[in-house]
Amino acid sequence: MAFLSEAKTKELEIKANDIRQSIIEMLVEAGSGHTAGPLGMADIFTIFYFHILKHDPKNPAWEERDRVVLSNGHICPVLYATMAHSGYFPVEELKTLRKFGSRLQGHPHREYLPFIENSSGPLGCGLSQAVGMALADKIENKNTDGSTSFTTSRYIYCFMSDGEFDEGNTWEGLMLAGKNKLNNLIAVIDRNNIQIDGITEKIMPLEPLGDKLRAFNWNVIDVYGHDFKVLNEALEEAQASYNKPTIIIAHTIPCKGVKKFERDYKWHGKSPSKEEGEIALKELREFRPTN
Amino acid sequence: MLNPKLKLNSKIFSADVEQVPIRKGFGQGLLDAGEENKNIVALCADLTESTQMNLFAEKFPERFIEVGVAEQNLVTVASGMSAMGKIPFCSSYSVFSPGRNWEQIRTTIAYNDRKVVIVGSHAGVSVGPDGGSHQALEDIALMRVLPNMDVISPCDAIEAKKATIALSKTKGPAYLRLAREKTPIITTEETPFELGKSEIYWMPEIGLASVGIIVTGSLTHQALVAAKELEDEGIKTKVLNLSSIKPIDKDAIISLAKETKALVTVEEHQVAGGIGGAVAEVIAENYPVPIEFIGVKNKFGQSGKPNELIEHYGMDKNSIKEAVKKVLIRKN
Repeated sequence: MAFLSEAKTKELEIKANDIRQSIIEMLVEAGSGHTAGPLGMADIFTIFYFHILKHDPKNPAWEERDRVVLSNGHICPVLYATMAHSGYFPVEELKTLRKFGSRLQGHPHREYLPFIENSSGPLGCGLSQAVGMALADKIENKNTDGSTSFTTSRYIYCFMSDGEFDEGNTWEGLMLAGKNKLNNLIAVIDRNNIQIDGITEKIMPLEPLGDKLRAFNWNVIDVYGHDFKVLNEALEEAQASYNKPTIIIAHTIPCKGVKKFERDYKWHGKSPSKEEGEIALKELREFRPTN
Repeated sequence: MLNPKLKLNSKIFSADVEQVPIRKGFGQGLLDAGEENKNIVALCADLTESTQMNLFAEKFPERFIEVGVAEQNLVTVASGMSAMGKIPFCSSYSVFSPGRNWEQIRTTIAYNDRKVVIVGSHAGVSVGPDGGSHQALEDIALMRVLPNMDVISPCDAIEAKKATIALSKTKGPAYLRLAREKTPIITTEETPFELGKSEIYWMPEIGLASVGIIVTGSLTHQALVAAKELEDEGIKTKVLNLSSIKPIDKDAIISLAKETKALVTVEEHQVAGGIGGAVAEVIAENYPVPIEFIGVKNKFGQSGKPNELIEHYGMDKNSIKEAVKKVLIRKN
């Protein structure tokens, strides 16, 4: 875990803004796709790919890399944009999103984009895949006396939506991770409180979410999802967990960065028109870092 | 006569033929494969002993994961382990896996192209007294429709052992179908087994066969007994063991159709989507001949003794013999 300097924070803020602009551009070009989640998760993806992750964009198959499982595949514009900006493939390629022959499928598919760890789209099964990865590493990391080592050379990260906590499979994964004390597993929930049909607490109440997760033997950290310093500290704490998996409940603002769209659940599953895209891009281009 | 090249069990037709549940062969095969390859891991959903995974779990506890009664988790966790280079075998009853967790198998294993072997035990009505809720008759259909997925349904415990070891060495995902009840031992250790290849187990001593019987899994013995009795009545048949349902041995099926011009398929599964459907797809496209289908026809199972149920649903040797005679009439 690296120290997050003021200069680095500023750099991340600029990078996240670039990524948001790419998200708007690619969604306008695609003419369909999800807007709220990708914009809301831009800061978190930025700190991961530009500060937290052990990875090498020029050598995506590097065995020692941290693993990133995207469970809620519909927010893939933010994954694709962040990967492009960090050097996995040309930023220009983002314009092929959702088009025939593109590596950037509407929901991620490993067959087309082998750099990613999992194909996703159907909700509720990403966490369990991350649990399987973490278990596999625990098998490798046995001490000579057969006990499980608490140290790990790499982490398994899982990005999830709050809506997919409606899925039973998610809770099955939570139980198994708690049972096996997978401290090499760190999940991040995009707690933006919206899903397709409306507000999560109206569709299917999740609260008290943190208490539920603690009861499942997870280390739970609540954070504001748009503050790099806070996010960095949360990840530091997560990595210090020695006998529990950690879940970071990141309280995010849907469509963060574009005032006109923010907090409106209707942006969950639609893309901006050309005119709406212009409005969003104008605001994003005027963005200046906080210090 | 039994195909002499295959070195089948010479006691197949004796009253005292050895009977072993097909699932036992899986348990032994997994143990053997696990000894050879330390990357093999096993996962189970609270049915470790009845799926015979206990042999592996006792020998390699550090490589065994108990997920509880959670079949969706069973296969998705297995997918994640596969992503890290492990070779997961995950077992449950076929009603639950691939029954309950089909979409997870589709997305995280088949679509994701992850090497996971899904082991579905207690397939078919021969589960018996537990009743229809526990008798999977749809699992072959569910699995053979998935791209990337191999589907194997061994005829006895020895073949199940060989199939398990073979599946530990392939690259892609697979479904291994097992049965609960004791089944007569048909093959021997010397009998060849190759994924994607089907062998003729029964053939006329001289001359051509007039009907080809294509069978999979636990009913193979019934089909062989039917063939033998038909021979005594002067009807020459060949019996093809279709344990490898996908990849399917098209050449073997087409060549049998060309010789006999009439086929009967036999399976403890719904005819729709099962091997009846699979064989019909190959035949319709390549060499159309009449086919009679032995299997469950649009019904659920129920409680009873295995042999009662096999007979009730028309899958016993007498039903097979009738189907052979019926297809002979259709062909002429």
